[in-house]
Amino acid sequence: MRKYSIFSLARNALSHHENWWQAWRSPEPKKRYDAVIIGGGGHGLSTAYYLAKEHGMTNIAVIEKGWLGGGNTGRNTTIIRSNYLWTASAGIYEKGLKLWEGITQEVNFNMMLSQRGVLNLGHNLQDMRTIERRVNANRLNGVDGVVLNAQQVKEMVPIINTSETNTRFPVLGSSYQPRGGIARHDALAWGMARACDDLGIDVIQQCEVTGIRREDGQVTGVDTTKGFIETNKVGAVTAGNSGVIADMAGIRLPVQSRPLQALVSEPIKPVIDTVVMSGAVHVYISQSDKGELVIGAGVDKYNGYGQKGSISVIEEQLAALVELYPIVSRLRLLRHWAGCVDVCPDASPLLTKTPVDGLYFNCGWGTGGWKATLGSGWCFAHTIANDEPHPLNEAFSMKRFETGAVIDEHGAAGVAH
Amino acid sequence: MSQTKRLQSGGRIDRSKPLTFTFNGQSLQGYEGDTLASALLANGISLVSRSFKLHRPRGIMGAGAECPNSLVQVGRGAGTIPNLRATQTELYQGLEANSVNCWPSVKFDVNAVTGLFSPLLPAGFYYKTFKWPKSWWDKVYEPRIRKAAGFGKAPTEPDPDRYDKKNRHCDVLIVGAGPAGLAAALEAGRRGARVILCDEQNEFGGSLLANRQYLDGKPGIEWAKTAVAELESLEEVTLLARTTAFGHYHHGFVSLLERVTDHMGLTSPDGRPRQRQWRVRANQVVLATGAIERPLVFCNNDRPGIMPASAVSTYINRYGVRPGQRAVVFTNNDSAYQTALDLNDHGIDVAAIVDVRPESDSVLVDRARKEEIPIYGGYAVVDTRGGQHVSGVKVMRLNGRGDGVYGEIHHLDCDLVASSGGWNPVIHLHSHPGGTMRYDESIASFVPDQAVGNTYNAGACNGNFALGGCITEGLSAGATAAAGVGFGSEDIEGEAPATGKQQESPLRPMWRVPSRKAIPRAPKQFIDVQNDQTSADVYLAVREGYRSIEHIKRYTAMGFGTDQGKLGNINGAGIAAEALGEDIAKVGTTTFRPAYTPVTMGAFAGRELGPERFHAVRKTPMHKWHVDHGALFENVGDWKRPWYYPKPGESMREALDRESYQTRHAVGVLDASTLGKIDVRGPDAAEFLNRVYTSGWKTMEVGKARYGIMLSEDGMIMDDGVSARIAEDHYHMTTTTGGAARVLGHLEEYLQTEWPELQVYLTSTTDQWAAISLAGPHARDVVAKVVSGVDLSGGAFPFMTWRDCEAAGVPARLFRISFSGELGFEINVQANYGQYVWDAVWEAGQEYGITPYGTETMHILRAEKGFIIAGQDTDGSVNPMDFGMHGLLSKKKDYIGRRSLSRPDAMREDREQFVGLVTLEDPKEIIPEGAQLVEEPNANEAPKPVPLHGYVTSSYYSSTLGHSIALAMVKRGRERMDDVLYSPQADGRVIQCRITSPVFYDPKGERQNV
Ligand SMILES: Cc1cc2nc3c(=O)[nH]c(=O)nc-3n(C[C@H](O)[C@H](O)[C@H](O)COP(=O)(O)OP(=O)(O)OC[C@H]3O[C@@H](n4cnc5c(N)ncnc54)[C@H](O)[C@@H]3O)c2cc1C
Repeated sequence: MRKYSIFSLARNALSHHENWWQAWRSPEPKKRYDAVIIGGGGHGLSTAYYLAKEHGMTNIAVIEKGWLGGGNTGRNTTIIRSNYLWTASAGIYEKGLKLWEGITQEVNFNMMLSQRGVLNLGHNLQDMRTIERRVNANRLNGVDGVVLNAQQVKEMVPIINTSETNTRFPVLGSSYQPRGGIARHDALAWGMARACDDLGIDVIQQCEVTGIRREDGQVTGVDTTKGFIETNKVGAVTAGNSGVIADMAGIRLPVQSRPLQALVSEPIKPVIDTVVMSGAVHVYISQSDKGELVIGAGVDKYNGYGQKGSISVIEEQLAALVELYPIVSRLRLLRHWAGCVDVCPDASPLLTKTPVDGLYFNCGWGTGGWKATLGSGWCFAHTIANDEPHPLNEAFSMKRFETGAVIDEHGAAGVAH
Repeated sequence: MSQTKRLQSGGRIDRSKPLTFTFNGQSLQGYEGDTLASALLANGISLVSRSFKLHRPRGIMGAGAECPNSLVQVGRGAGTIPNLRATQTELYQGLEANSVNCWPSVKFDVNAVTGLFSPLLPAGFYYKTFKWPKSWWDKVYEPRIRKAAGFGKAPTEPDPDRYDKKNRHCDVLIVGAGPAGLAAALEAGRRGARVILCDEQNEFGGSLLANRQYLDGKPGIEWAKTAVAELESLEEVTLLARTTAFGHYHHGFVSLLERVTDHMGLTSPDGRPRQRQWRVRANQVVLATGAIERPLVFCNNDRPGIMPASAVSTYINRYGVRPGQRAVVFTNNDSAYQTALDLNDHGIDVAAIVDVRPESDSVLVDRARKEEIPIYGGYAVVDTRGGQHVSGVKVMRLNGRGDGVYGEIHHLDCDLVASSGGWNPVIHLHSHPGGTMRYDESIASFVPDQAVGNTYNAGACNGNFALGGCITEGLSAGATAAAGVGFGSEDIEGEAPATGKQQESPLRPMWRVPSRKAIPRAPKQFIDVQNDQTSADVYLAVREGYRSIEHIKRYTAMGFGTDQGKLGNINGAGIAAEALGEDIAKVGTTTFRPAYTPVTMGAFAGRELGPERFHAVRKTPMHKWHVDHGALFENVGDWKRPWYYPKPGESMREALDRESYQTRHAVGVLDASTLGKIDVRGPDAAEFLNRVYTSGWKTMEVGKARYGIMLSEDGMIMDDGVSARIAEDHYHMTTTTGGAARVLGHLEEYLQTEWPELQVYLTSTTDQWAAISLAGPHARDVVAKVVSGVDLSGGAFPFMTWRDCEAAGVPARLFRISFSGELGFEINVQANYGQYVWDAVWEAGQEYGITPYGTETMHILRAEKGFIIAGQDTDGSVNPMDFGMHGLLSKKKDYIGRRSLSRPDAMREDREQFVGLVTLEDPKEIIPEGAQLVEEPNANEAPKPVPLHGYVTSSYYSSTLGHSIALAMVKRGRERMDDVLYSPQADGRVIQCRITSPVFYDPKGERQNV
């Protein structure tokens, strides 16, 4: 790979940036690949990357119907943390966080991971019990975290309203994961695409998968808008569209697709230098490197594939924001948008084999899969390469809905689904 | 001298009303009717801000929503507002504005040195660098990047203003009150349709406010005035000025923001809400949002003094301002000739019209020729000069393809450049709900294609730029919309005013004006001036493989500014098409997202803020009594519940000890009104309960009550409560306080979708009943004094039954139930009598030492008995077997969740089970709730992960028992009685505890059965 650095920038500045090379090729699909990954979001790209890097599979393609990162990867509020309740979750999210911590150097692309810490607020006694339980579990699972009281929250987030009387749901405290933070969404898509390309993987955009061909219960290839591609392994990593892809293979997934919205304010000088989430009043906030307040909320209540939500959700979310941070009242909303998130009944993902041999699904990340992007790709690559899950994602198979071994993370997922 | 750049006459300002304001500390004057921008220009101030990345000097560029530059901080203190666009800020007396993102001043900004490094800062440079050494990212690079973030500053105090919301239905919503919108409103309004017409400007008229076109032989604005007067007279028409439609959502839902008092002062001067959000549900939506002129993209096109031509005309015609002394007009179409004439007619020297078209022939061109304005046909401005203001341009001849320049360089001095690259229809609102667009060659821009729902575009936003055409389209849209709601036919009834027909010559599309050097080597050609994004950036993005317009936008930060690319984005798409070698129609634009212009967040919140209004507060009928008796409250769901009642000087622990002592030894009273109550009626009510609860319900007789648990479909405990049979076909169901709404939803879902054949009706009656719960050895004595009509003796009225009776003379239901393990009764009366009956109970209890107790004591008492609280001891991942509730699981019938209980995981042997815990070293130490339990004694130090064996769900000090008690879920807990587990705490402590039965007190239940 030709490296990016301050030196390459300086060198190229001398030639007026006329000689920069392509970050990735735009190849036409080959006739046959050893594996095809459907979906050029973060999870799909990192799956391909680790397939090549960890498992030596380089004759693979990532097929994206639109542009790289145009799904939830490019729409999310980029919060990263690993303080999930259950041991199985802590395992995969913490794996993800560890990989985040090294990825900028590893792929030579600045992902702008900003470990500014994440607070999850508690607003009533039961919230605090849940926080206490989760943080204790985190600590014993090797995930950093502490419980803060209201005073400590105020010190860390001076703009927050911690009054006990002048607010409907006072802040009683929070969990705090210092290693949590945010990262740049586009950087991940582009950095991983470049790394994939460098390993010889074909990253193919503007190509939609329209069918999954099978013979005797085994995948034989995919139909796409650029023609048929032969392959015996297909990894579907299509977030909100997973149900549609599953349908192509005649299977049903326990996921529902729903709109999830977010918004940004106009850019202002820094007012908050950590990430604060509140599940009880449904709003979370961080401030981008550009100065915009990045604000998210709960999912819309109805199902649908449209990447559009209801304005009422935005209204409630902003009321919650003003209630918690009164100084934002006069700031202005600049832009709001939505993605389509795939939610499992237990708010945990699926990284799973399916009844169709050679067909694997990585989905169900719902409202919170960005943080897991790399851990997910790493585990899923293992699953595809070996046709069996890695211990870290064993618990996240489809089977759990038959056996009942669900992993209920509604409490830790940050927003109520 | 004040207002040196004000024209002698003209403009829609009121010269009799001078206003004083300050800019960067300097006191200045303007007039009512000015915007901050026009007043600044009138005072000769053009440098107002600095760009985001390179801190280049930035002037007032546009004249409205499209201006990317003129961001200022307005006011100070609690009312201050960052990032207001001076072009949209109406001037008021005392307005105080300051430049942002510059230090120490806008004229001398030290960060402008960034410009020297700009060769090192091409698009996306940050992805390529700041990676080494690794540790510097957190410590050096990132903190600096973050410090540089943002434009203006947020206030540091809460907002002194309030905001309002209004919901409205209408037949026809018309957005934009220019000629097209006014025409549409007239057509629909005259027919009697309920019309809302809104416009972001302070006055209606749109483009007519700023141009000199004639209608019916009079200035266009006269026609507009007459139209407005007529609309005002129509009863069903609502006119909203200063009101921006910022988002167009599903099914004709449009959000509007009305700025009620912003033009009067920083904060509302008269107690009215500062802004109001209108949530309009319109049957028909007519968009008449106009068009925005796009500037030409040439080298160093960002200097103050360089503006879109139409903005120049606006400042002259609408605000009576002279934006320069000597202008160069640079254009690829006819419309800028009008600007040249506007300048010329107001005595401003037009050094030249530089027209990229070698020849053009139209009425306007002819007039310019007649005025002897020099015209450079087939030429282009290739560069500009100037420091903090433009001082001249270089002009060269264009080649035939328009992709190169040659020949002699003409230097023209000027302090104003008015440029026009054509017009872009404002299709934002059309696009929000998913309206499609197509590229229209004739105007070289995108126009609406398929609209969503009953949406119609009329006038310039539809690509129709001629005044006459706009009005006809407006009338037609008004007719169609009105007809759509049943007012007349789609044929136009009104008459269009006469317009002079203007012959026009076609525009010559030009996205990027060539310069002498190839693109990356030429001086910067800005596309998005707020973000310092240039055509070289677009070329670089494409070169590096970022080929989708969305990638180009994101890689180069195009249109990410607070103007959202209103000036630059279409130029950017054109330049991207050029770089890609593709057709712009195929490249397309990025998605238009709400808000059209930024919207105050407080206006979304409206009045729904604070302890009373942010979220409904539910209080029981006896709330005030609790307050008066010193209760502290706990939020449970939406309810305020008394938590405990400390007496003066008492600590929480002392209060709890007292409350539980009194209850166990005398009598305590608890307000239980918050428990969810659902009235279940119908011939199939018994069958219904039998299906939703795990135990059998059909055989329970009228007059009896029973404890039941409900599971969700996955077999996990969802809620619990006691339900009583009121009649054969009638039950009174109770749920947990927090779970009431969820349970009702769950039951309704099953009734409506799974068992439509059952005849059962559910009504929430939570608020209809006040519930007074009495517990303790003297409970019966107190009840006896209050209640009549029931034989209270144990034999006649046993545990788990209920009776109709009177309490203090009021019809009541009396339940014999207990959540404390003591002899217990619950009196339910109609909520309005709640306080009255409570008072009677209180009175009656005095002689027995009655004490009120809150949720905390209730928790302690029930924990001593090992009773669970759904939602505290359960978390959605525990099933009834985990709680040893096998007896409640009927084997004879099906019920929701039963199927899941036979799944392998539900039968797993190492599941966590419900147990009690006591502490070993210090029996009074309370294990924190949420503590984890492990077998490893040194878990804090041990290598992670440490296997978890369980966790504490509830934990208290029990004064009755004299030691602390805890309830917990522990792996295989029931077989591990007396085992010792460790609970490692965050502060390093480790609490040793022993597993016990969860029932600590009166295991045989003798006390409640007396
Ligand atoms: C508003 C919002 C805020 C969020 N905030 C956070 C957060 O703060 N923290 C967090 O951890 N997570 C967050 N998430 C969740 C997170 O964004 C997702 O879990 C994660 O990005 C999913 O990545 P992905 O690669 O699986 O999906 P995507 O990025 O959606 O990628 C799926 C791709 O598949 C493509 N595709 C679909 N169908 C086909 C087909 N037939 N053929 C070819 N390609 C196809 C799509 O075009 C898409 O590019 C948020 C999500 C949203 C919407």
